[in-house]
Amino acid sequence: MSDSYAIFTDNLGKSFGKMKAVRGLDLAVKPGRITGFLGRNGAGKSTTIKMLLGMMRPTTGEGTVLGKRIDCPRESVEMRRRVAYVSEDKRLYGYMTVEQIIAFTGSFFPGWRPEVAENLLGEYELPRKRKIKALSRGMRTKLALLLAFARRPELVILDEPSEGLDPVGIEQLLRAMAVQCAEGTTVFFSSHQIADVERVADDVCMMEKGKLVLRLSLDEMRKSYRQIDAVFPAAPPELNFRVPGILSVRESGRQLSFLASGDTEAIVDRARDLHAVSVDVAPVGLRDLFLEMVKER
Amino acid sequence: MFFRLNPATGQPLYLQLMEQIRHATETGALRDGDQLPGIRTLAEQLVVSPNTVVRAYTELEKEGLLELRQGSGAYVTLSSRTRRRTDRIQAARRRLQDLIADLRSEGLSDEEIRRAVEAEILYSAELTGKR
Repeated sequence: MSDSYAIFTDNLGKSFGKMKAVRGLDLAVKPGRITGFLGRNGAGKSTTIKMLLGMMRPTTGEGTVLGKRIDCPRESVEMRRRVAYVSEDKRLYGYMTVEQIIAFTGSFFPGWRPEVAENLLGEYELPRKRKIKALSRGMRTKLALLLAFARRPELVILDEPSEGLDPVGIEQLLRAMAVQCAEGTTVFFSSHQIADVERVADDVCMMEKGKLVLRLSLDEMRKSYRQIDAVFPAAPPELNFRVPGILSVRESGRQLSFLASGDTEAIVDRARDLHAVSVDVAPVGLRDLFLEMVKER
Repeated sequence: MFFRLNPATGQPLYLQLMEQIRHATETGALRDGDQLPGIRTLAEQLVVSPNTVVRAYTELEKEGLLELRQGSGAYVTLSSRTRRRTDRIQAARRRLQDLIADLRSEGLSDEEIRRAVEAEILYSAELTGKR
């Protein structure tokens, strides 16, 4: 089962003292696809990523990355040769120049593609001779991405890659992710830029308070998730429509708003039966869905 | 060929791409034997997941509108049936152009024309019971 996924976790958890950063996380990331990893600050995304990479020991549960067990040091080392990771803080050796770190990193990886490094160096307009400590935050991010992409990894894990990038830089990043994926690399990235995730991702995983709250493909979201607004002549007769697929109901005066997946027709029919004066059905964007999933209940 | 995908509509991106390719063959913007960009190129150009392009291309291949060859090239293959259909659609568009020009000269606004056309389509669909 876990072998058919690039990333798979079962009941994964991490506690820091009494604080449970990640609890009972079941993650499943399909190979050959681009998966966006969404969650509020402190939802447990970075902790999850660190456990996946063997940089932190899980308190409970288990998981595999490219079929290798994350809690087995030997397997984890083997896995990390095939996985590229760009961390949130993009730490790099400050005393090296851009050109030096590219040569240095390249020497570790047999699959290194100098032509990719060269192309991205040009596209990102990075100054070859400048020391890393003198690079701007955006440039450092681009350099870290270049080093990850030139390795021809089977899987690339990016933690907030668009942080510190300007709109042009973000566009270059998304394009690079599409190209990487076309060349067979599985892409897993966390981001707060929901609009970017919505453009380029195939699948989305959402975390809230240490748990996975939603995993779906964006095709599925576009096809079957709808926002339904029904206005009634007087206060809505009942809130509970007893129709499967309703994720949330909000009441505001004479209006009821539903977020639903699947059989939206049934909800529309039910609203009409209850004498709704108008019923509007609209597609649901990823932002709306995210806000709904992380709402305080 | 320029395609434009909108992530904010309630339609999967691969379906949008399929529709735009189909539309391009109907208007004659894409002809029999024309080559479409490779999967990587189009994904890079549109800044979408390559899986979107793969899905659109394979579905259109099943429909017989594209032929995929090794090296990820995609070629438009209009069967005589699709070609006849394309001709018919183009002829229909010419008739619509004339009709719209007439209605405009009679002082109708574009919005009024659009509403009238939509209402007629809806009405006749209801009469024949197909929707």
